Amino acid sequence: MKTFLILGAGTGGTMMANKLVKRLDPSEWKIILVDRELEHYYQPGFLFIPFGYYKPEVVVQPKRKFIPANIEFVISDIEMIEPDASRVKLAADKRVIQYDQLLIATGTDIHPEEIEGMKDGGWYKNVFDFYTFKGAVELSKFLKNFNGGRIVVNIAEMPIKCPVAPLEFAFLADYYFKQRGIRNKVEIVYTTPLSGAFTKPVASRMLGDVLIKKDIHTEPDFAVSEVNSSKNTISSYDGREINYDLLVAIPTNMGAEVIGRSGMGDDLNFVPTNKATLQSNKWENVWVIGDATNVPASKAGSVVHYEAETLIENILHTIEGKPLPASFDGHATCHITSGFNKSLLIDFSYDVEPLTGVYPIPVIGPFPLLKENTFNYLGKLSFKWIYWNIMLRGIPFPLPPAFSMAGKRQ
Amino acid sequence: MSVLDKVKFDADGYMEDSNAWTPEIAEAIAKREEVTLTERSWVVINYARNEFKVKGEAPTLRNITKNTDVDTKELYSLFPGGPGKMAAKVAGLHKPTGCI
Repeated sequence: MKTFLILGAGTGGTMMANKLVKRLDPSEWKIILVDRELEHYYQPGFLFIPFGYYKPEVVVQPKRKFIPANIEFVISDIEMIEPDASRVKLAADKRVIQYDQLLIATGTDIHPEEIEGMKDGGWYKNVFDFYTFKGAVELSKFLKNFNGGRIVVNIAEMPIKCPVAPLEFAFLADYYFKQRGIRNKVEIVYTTPLSGAFTKPVASRMLGDVLIKKDIHTEPDFAVSEVNSSKNTISSYDGREINYDLLVAIPTNMGAEVIGRSGMGDDLNFVPTNKATLQSNKWENVWVIGDATNVPASKAGSVVHYEAETLIENILHTIEGKPLPASFDGHATCHITSGFNKSLLIDFSYDVEPLTGVYPIPVIGPFPLLKENTFNYLGKLSFKWIYWNIMLRGIPFPLPPAFSMAGKRQ
Repeated sequence: MSVLDKVKFDADGYMEDSNAWTPEIAEAIAKREEVTLTERSWVVINYARNEFKVKGEAPTLRNITKNTDVDTKELYSLFPGGPGKMAAKVAGLHKPTGCI
C-alpha cells in the first residue's frame, strides 16, 4: 500500500483530497490529510464581518464535512518535514508518516510581530487585522462604536493573500460610513508599498480612479518601518509619519513555520515551486498548491481552483511514470467589492495583466471586467454557496481553468 | 562620452544584459539616478549580483537584510526611494519581480 500525504486541509488540501480520492486506486493508495484545526473558514467572508454584513458563524464549518470518509483525517501540528527521507513527523502521538507522494497545502498566515511596535499596546484595541477570523470579529466590535476619525489601511509588504482585499476594505469602509451618515467625519487613508493601487498597470490605474472617486487618499511607496501605539502613528522608512485613530493592518504574510523549520522555504517560508508544473523545485515526489508556493500568481482561492486542475493531472501522470502534461498559466479571477451593491471583476495570468472587456464569453459576458457592476456583486455573493458546495468538494466547475484572451480588450 | 552610451536599458531603466555590467557602469547609473555609492552600497550591490547569478532574479529587501549586515533602515538611506528597485538598477539586474 502506498501513501499520499496531504499537509493542510484548507481550500487547496481539501479540494485536492476530494479529487485524489476519485482518481487514485483505493487498493493501491491510502490518502492521509493532516491539519491542526477542526474548523474550515470561508476566508473571502472575513472581509464582510467587520461591517456586520456577515455574521461570523456563516463563514465557519467543520472541516470533516468536506473530507471524504475513506480519507484518514489527522488533527495535529506538524513538527518536521524530512523530504530527503520522504517522511513527516507529527506532534500528535509523535507519529511518523512515511509517504510516497506529498502535497503541501499549508497556506500563509499574517505576522504582525514582523512590524516594529505593531503588537504593542494597540493590538486589537485600535490596531486590527481582518485576515484572521478573530481579527475580523474584533474589528466589527470596534467599528460599531467608531463615530469619526482617521482610518489608515496599511499593507506591510508583498506578497499578501488576496491582494485586492485591502482595497475592498477601503471601498467598503467608504460605503459603510456613508450608510451610517457619518462619512464626512471619517477620513480614509490607503498606505501601500506599491507605487499605485494594484500591482499591474491597467488595473492600478482603474482602481486608483475608484479610490479617488470615493475620496480615499492613497499614500504610495509607503514601506512601513514602525507603529507607535502610544502616539497612534505609523511611519515609513523614508520618514513619513501618519496619525491614525484606527489602523487596519495587513501584516507580513509568511508560509507555515514548519516549512522554514524543515529547510524547505524561501525567506518568507514559501516553498520554491515550478510555476508551470507545481512540483517542488527540489523533490520530485513533493507537490505544492495555493498560498504555500512561491509562484508569481495571486494567493487566492480562484488560483487554487485553477491550480488543482493542473496538479491532479501532473500527479497522476507522475505516478504512472509518464511525463508531466499539464502546465499552470497563473490564471486568477478576482471579484473586487466596491460597495455593498457593486463589485469589479478582474481576470489575469502570469503573462497577461488584468484588462477591460467581458468574462467569460466574448460580447455576452455576463460579467464586465474592471468595471463596477451589480451583476458582478451578485456573482461574488453567490460564490460562498459555490465554495462550500462545489469548489471544496472538487466538483468540476463550469469555468475553464486555462486563462483566455477571449472577450478582453488590449 | 559616458560608459553608459553603449549600454542597453529597458523602458524602466534596467540593464537588458546583466553580463555587460561593470563596476564603472554601476557608478555611472548611480550618478544618473542621483545616488552616491559608498562602501556599504557595494556590500548590497555585490550581494545582489551574487544572488542574481545563483537564483536568476534580484533579491528582495528581506533577503538582503537577512543575509548581509545591512538593515532595512540603512538600505533606505543607501538607495533612497525604493531600495529594492534602485539596488537592482545600479547592480545591472532586471526589475525585481516581487509584486503580484
